[in-house]
Amino acid sequence: MTNTAPLIPLSWSLALSAILFSVGVAGVLVRRNAIILFMCVELMLNAVNLAFVSLSPRVGIEGQVFVFFVIAVAAAEAAVGLALIISVFRHLESVDAKNLSLLRW
Amino acid sequence: MLTQILFWLFALVAVGSAMMMVSRRNPVSSALWLIGTFFALAAIYTLLGAYFIGVIQILVYAGAIMVLFLFVIMLLNLGNQYQPDLRSDTWKAVAAGCSLILLALLGRVVGGGLTPGLDERGARVAEQVAEHGAVGAIGIPMFTDFAVHLQVAGLLLLVAVVGAVVLAKRNV
Repeated sequence: MTNTAPLIPLSWSLALSAILFSVGVAGVLVRRNAIILFMCVELMLNAVNLAFVSLSPRVGIEGQVFVFFVIAVAAAEAAVGLALIISVFRHLESVDAKNLSLLRW
Repeated sequence: MLTQILFWLFALVAVGSAMMMVSRRNPVSSALWLIGTFFALAAIYTLLGAYFIGVIQILVYAGAIMVLFLFVIMLLNLGNQYQPDLRSDTWKAVAAGCSLILLALLGRVVGGGLTPGLDERGARVAEQVAEHGAVGAIGIPMFTDFAVHLQVAGLLLLVAVVGAVVLAKRNV
């Protein structure tokens, strides 16, 4: 039970975390659909969670506690963000970011 | 050895599903691929020894948050007659460049400054899990050292619920 953690080198899981974060960044830059933008942000949050979890056998159990808080914040963010998307959709009949140009110069 | 093979398997599933999520045009398929990423990440958390976080990942992310996403996609009827929303080729090149630079920087940071081997507090994690169980090892610091943070998180969730209801309501 306790000897499974060191079997995976730290660099592997941190590299996976970096790759997932980069995929999330590329998704935010490439897509315009607001819901998919939110999903890419969730992917980036998950990449950070993976970094926390993989460092926690080395730094202390606090890493996993932080992951718990990150998940709570992500749930709050998803609830408010999706409510915002619904109310934007009522006004514009679209969730495409190119139509959200009211504050654009 | 088996752990490492499983890690590679789930890492490939996670990265592949993430790329499919970014590249699918239909929002519903994007959401389903993202659920695949979340399940693979939950398996990786379990392989890394964070059993409770793995379960919470499936329950909260794959169970609650993604159901919320799918619910909104279907409520707004974005699943059919979706318009293509990929940006132009210039943006694709910018995105690829940005993410590659970011990956190189992260690799430099991660590869540069980490000391090898477990330190003393890290060795205590395995003891704590063995002593209090996977839930207790996280729960005890959360309700003692991080009690204020826990209450702030609860308050945040309360505000988020009220805010979501106010925002999504038709006439306030």
